[in-house]
Amino acid sequence: MDQQAIFLTFRLAALTTLILLAISVPLGYWLAFGKARWKPLVEAAVALPLVLPPTVLGFYLLVLMAPRTAMGRAVSALLGHPLAFSFAGLLVGSVIFSLPFAVQPMTSGFRSVDREILEAAELLSPRRTKILGRVLLPLVRPSLLAAAVLAFTHTVGEFGVVLMIGGNIPGVTRTLSISIYDQVQDFAYAQANHTALLLLSLSFLALLIIYRNRGNASV
Amino acid sequence: MNETGSTEAGEYMQVAIEHTLGDLSLRVSCALSSPWTVVFGPSGAGKTSILRVLGGLIRPVSGRVVLHGRRLLDTASGAWVPPAERAIGFVTQRPTLFPHMDVAANVGFGLSGLSRRSSKERVAQMLKLFHAEHLAKRAPAALSGGEKQRVALARALAPEPRMLLLDEPFTGIDADLKVSLLEQLTAWLAEREVPALYVSHDVAEAFQTAADVIVIDHGQVEAHGPAQQVLATRREQLLRQLGVSH
Repeated sequence: MDQQAIFLTFRLAALTTLILLAISVPLGYWLAFGKARWKPLVEAAVALPLVLPPTVLGFYLLVLMAPRTAMGRAVSALLGHPLAFSFAGLLVGSVIFSLPFAVQPMTSGFRSVDREILEAAELLSPRRTKILGRVLLPLVRPSLLAAAVLAFTHTVGEFGVVLMIGGNIPGVTRTLSISIYDQVQDFAYAQANHTALLLLSLSFLALLIIYRNRGNASV
Repeated sequence: MNETGSTEAGEYMQVAIEHTLGDLSLRVSCALSSPWTVVFGPSGAGKTSILRVLGGLIRPVSGRVVLHGRRLLDTASGAWVPPAERAIGFVTQRPTLFPHMDVAANVGFGLSGLSRRSSKERVAQMLKLFHAEHLAKRAPAALSGGEKQRVALARALAPEPRMLLLDEPFTGIDADLKVSLLEQLTAWLAEREVPALYVSHDVAEAFQTAADVIVIDHGQVEAHGPAQQVLATRREQLLRQLGVSH
């Protein structure tokens, strides 16, 4: 099995998950409780990666990150290299592509909190951070877990976006899913089978964790 | 923005609100001066809605609420004080405790600006007041209905509010416990000069315990004044509302 690909994939998935948790909690909170009229626009934008072909997303990210664009030039100046065909580029693409898998569980979780519990908290504390940290987040722990597990496993399984943005550079952008593709192309079916089994087991384990904890959550 | 309003001598709260909630058109205008006022009326009259407006949980279309000379709401000038900054305690009909916190943490949730030691002492005091010290480490799910209400009362009073709103908080509690809790509560409130507004649809409770009564029906104030005076002038109507034949 390609050890480099394993390490790279899990590193990408872990970082993507951390970034998405940091984004999905405030964004999910706003989508659940915010009253802005343009909220549906944000919801649609967040959900877009669910329906967009990964290669389309990858293509547009590639165009956006190109050195001739303002964004591409700014990132190149910051990183010292272009975003495309780099681990940083994969990270950006993964965060965008897995966004709905983290945000939607958080939004649903927040929306499911008993309105009266929220009101009881609002009557006692004016600090939204206190209400979020001490009341809401503990109550939506299963949603947090689902967001983390789904973001992680979805990132592990990415192919189209990773191939478009990252190419297939060993040790830099060759993830496990790209590795399976290469192994099949090389007729190395035994190796492909091992790698695929690893991903299958991981996916099943992830779902088991989610469903097991959903059953334990009682509010 | 100047937050102060003005009240007549003896009045602690002025209310003038207009709001529509579904089929209910709420139009309430009154001034409160009694330390214990009961809001009485049939189901669906708007009693809970009024309390929710005063507590800041509903933002009315139009209105003005002044408590102890401080403007909590004034739609004309845009003044709005968030619920937790109104210094108003609110005990709802359903005791909504935070299920993931034990009783002590629930009671202490609204405390701020106190040291850890002072917070613990305040929590202990409130639990003792409502004979709930032995419940401190229990989870809400392990409490009976009566115990939950006692904890909810302790939680609402722990931050030492300047007014208390009670929305039928003793529903489902046995009569003896209710009498005991009411006694303890009214004594605590009287000692600290904290007025209370108490929602009830129990005639006996309303007119025996209250100094003043506000009768609400279809979202409007039908009568307001000393309990016996209101009872004398509206007895027939009140009995009819309750479906009592005599």
